[in-house]
Amino acid sequence: MRLVLSRLFAGLALALAAALAHADVEGLNPAQEVRYQALIAELRCLVCQNQTIAESSAPLAVDLRNQVKTQIVAGRSQAEIIDYLTQRYGDFVLYRPPFKASTALLWLGPFLLLLGGLVWALRYVRGTRQPAATTEKPVDPEAVQRLLAETQAALAAQDAPARNPKE
Amino acid sequence: MKYLVPIVVLLGLIALFAVGLTRDPREVPSPLVGKPAPAFALPGLGGTPAQLTPADWRGRTVLVNYFASWCAGCRVEHPLLMQLAREQGVEIVGLAYKDTDADTQAWLDRHGNPYRSVIADTAGSAGLDWGVYGVPETFVVGPDGTILYKQIGPMTPEAWETKIRPLLAGTGKS
Repeated sequence: MRLVLSRLFAGLALALAAALAHADVEGLNPAQEVRYQALIAELRCLVCQNQTIAESSAPLAVDLRNQVKTQIVAGRSQAEIIDYLTQRYGDFVLYRPPFKASTALLWLGPFLLLLGGLVWALRYVRGTRQPAATTEKPVDPEAVQRLLAETQAALAAQDAPARNPKE
Repeated sequence: MKYLVPIVVLLGLIALFAVGLTRDPREVPSPLVGKPAPAFALPGLGGTPAQLTPADWRGRTVLVNYFASWCAGCRVEHPLLMQLAREQGVEIVGLAYKDTDADTQAWLDRHGNPYRSVIADTAGSAGLDWGVYGVPETFVVGPDGTILYKQIGPMTPEAWETKIRPLLAGTGKS
């Protein structure tokens, strides 16, 4: 029963989605539809900020889709439509903002981080290889002997009282 | 100073986060600030007056407030707008965004009407031109028709005191 119901709902949802998608491109010829789909997949919905206006069902996204459609039908170019929207909502509506002073860090940031990381890694590798050879002091055999003797003495002294109470 | 570089990087990150994480990502800066207010010609609430345009308040500094009866944030800012209009004589133009005249009128009857004029933006067309993406939004429009400031979300006493009031004072209005 459950399976039947869930299938029924899935079917209904699909039919609804198909109907909506169909209604959305009504009045566009195939070439216009391609441009329309490409454009709305590049534009950000300002209400639900991590969705494109193609994905979002927020009223504002619907308005913006209609606006894009109207302008495509009116024969406006892609650049003109994008201009129209950025004049109102700023570069934020674009999922690929243009490169300019205020977005330089956005575009170049990852490369700067990569460069910084490379510089750091190079310095680190060099720093661990070379100074290690020069700072190493020759081992003094007498000091080793002394240290060994001291350690043995200390261990013996520690062992002796520790064993006594148990035995 | 072995740790100088990591410490500098850490301080840089802390500074970046201190600024970045306190900003509200929902507040998209408007490209219209400093530009002329977009024109529209829309009817007043209930069809009277027949047509209103931004030229109707040329020469004065006004607040242009996009609101709707279905909007919760508008209820929040409404008492403040009432107070500004009544006690400080601020001229507020209301744009009823995507609302029916009947609902807008009922809302104003119930909560009070702080607006000098109410314009019916039933289809949200003016809102689209003004870059409105969620009500309430309030624009400060100068006497020459330039948008001086945009408040996204409900007007707050802080925003009024620190951002908007100085703009009104600077243009010779209370």
